[in-house]
Amino acid sequence: MSSAATIEKDVQRLPEEQGKKLFGTAATIAALGLAGSAAAFFVDKQRFAHSWLVGFYFLTTIGLGALFFVLIQHLTRAGWSVAPRRHMEWVSGVLPFCALLFVPVAALAHDLYHHWMSAEAMKDPILKGKSGYLNVPFFYGRSVLYFVIWAGIAFWFAKQSADQDAAKKGDTRAFTGRMQGAAAPAILLFALSLTFAAFDWIMSLDPHWFSTIFGVYIFAGSVTSSLAVLAIININLQKQGLLKRVSTIEHRHDIGKLLFGFIVFWAYIGFSQFFLIWYANIPEETIFFKRRLVGEWQYVSYGLLLGHFVLPFLMLLSRHTKRSVTVLRAAAVIMLVMHYIDIYWLVMPSLDVNGAHFTWVDLVCLLGPVGVGMVVVAKRMQSSNLYPINDPRLPEAVKLQNL
Amino acid sequence: MADKRKKWEDEPEEKVSAGGDDVVAAADAHAELEAEAKKPEPKAEAAPEPKKTKAIKPAAIVAWFQTPADLYKACEALRDAGYKHFDAHTPFPVHGLEVAMGLRPSILGWIVLGGGFTGIVSAFGMQYWMSAVDYPLNISGKPLASWPAWVPIGFELTVLLSAFACFFGMWALNGLPKFFDPVMQHTSFDRASNDRFFISIEAKDAKFGKGRAMLEKLGANDIEEVLP
Repeated sequence: MSSAATIEKDVQRLPEEQGKKLFGTAATIAALGLAGSAAAFFVDKQRFAHSWLVGFYFLTTIGLGALFFVLIQHLTRAGWSVAPRRHMEWVSGVLPFCALLFVPVAALAHDLYHHWMSAEAMKDPILKGKSGYLNVPFFYGRSVLYFVIWAGIAFWFAKQSADQDAAKKGDTRAFTGRMQGAAAPAILLFALSLTFAAFDWIMSLDPHWFSTIFGVYIFAGSVTSSLAVLAIININLQKQGLLKRVSTIEHRHDIGKLLFGFIVFWAYIGFSQFFLIWYANIPEETIFFKRRLVGEWQYVSYGLLLGHFVLPFLMLLSRHTKRSVTVLRAAAVIMLVMHYIDIYWLVMPSLDVNGAHFTWVDLVCLLGPVGVGMVVVAKRMQSSNLYPINDPRLPEAVKLQNL
Repeated sequence: MADKRKKWEDEPEEKVSAGGDDVVAAADAHAELEAEAKKPEPKAEAAPEPKKTKAIKPAAIVAWFQTPADLYKACEALRDAGYKHFDAHTPFPVHGLEVAMGLRPSILGWIVLGGGFTGIVSAFGMQYWMSAVDYPLNISGKPLASWPAWVPIGFELTVLLSAFACFFGMWALNGLPKFFDPVMQHTSFDRASNDRFFISIEAKDAKFGKGRAMLEKLGANDIEEVLP
């Protein structure tokens, strides 16, 4: 294609100085967060376990959303998203490190999941009935399996993409073909592992309660938050004047559209889950929402409705705001904050039964995993090209225009 | 394909004779105009034309271009020359043409927003009035005004009225339904849905008088004035 010559003009590498600056910021946050988390462990082990689960799961879900993006672009043979796909490959690179961050959760599992892990649980007929699935060895085995699947998929796709960058011109199509072929089985594994991980780590905090749509709810939040991260990466790279052709205002507009769509999707799934349980009003199901609709937790619940749906929905409704750096970035930051509150709202009521109260332990347990994630992304940004330089769909990506 | 393309390129040269047959079948006033164009030196004959059309004022001036790129450039030129009431007619959407034509963003979005807002407000208002005021009914002990139960209807009415506002708002903005438009009288206008890129300048444009000269300068083909 004729665009090949013009594509060369985009900077392929992150300037060293900017990479170092970003890495420095990330490392500082990670060091502060991890040191604080270590202190929190000795001060209040019970609270640390729950807060760390929130922070760990916040980062993991963002990584999973990014992995989904990579897979779905290959699966749909998307042309517009060549550069954003590389950015999401960076973000999905946090998943192998999430396995390390899971260690405190695994070690403190008895503090988190004592409702079904303790010996007394076997006296409860409902939990006894669930013990075929909810038992300690199977729980750990499944957790290991999830990380093998996620880290494996994330690593393989990033590796193929990086090898394509280094490949000779004639060989590049084979890489794209391989990734497209592998994306189909990978997305099946992804969907199942994400769903069961959500059941195991979050839903089992309240082992009597169940919701079959729970995995989809987590998925919706994952994609929303990872698209928010993508929007921030896109905006910042453009602000540095780095990507002028492969990732422009047109690509930002598309990211904004996806973000808007998944904000609506989250609300749709969240309300579907609430609506059926609220309407049927069966005690073992309703307890989950009962706890979250009284006292201080009700303000968090209504805050989610407004902040995770109504506000960003109105913000991103217009074409002009999706294309605006200021509004899209503001919406992306709001979505990241709200995604944290969403996970917090899922986990913490099982500890703070009598009302929400945010403490320093929650803060450091957020900064730790987030800092680690930023370090990983900063490293990946420094070590790879800013977009897949040999992707056969690059000319298509450059031509993108929104009618 | 190559043969066909070659044919198109040849066409401007034979346009005088090719146009002739169609004109016979056209309306009388139209045929007179065409007869003028038939003569070998159109520029020399430009003067008598306004005299002929004085009786019935033309509604628009219509011409066509061979490629979307030519049309795009012509639209830019007209926009920059200060033309306000002109339109492009193409077989397929041409990317970025709205920028070249200097069109402002459509207000359709606001109409749809109004429709959607009406939908959600009327849905919640109606359900509140029905289930809590006019015919209070205790359903499984829930409060009479239980907003979650209203959401599905609220959603549906929002979507329904948004869609209506979008569909009929588009009609209103485009002046639809419309069974006739003067520009359709151009001899070869049917090819606007096939392989030619038409441009029309409406008579209500302040610079309409200079339209023909402008289009000639831009290299437009078959420049015709069409009657209302």
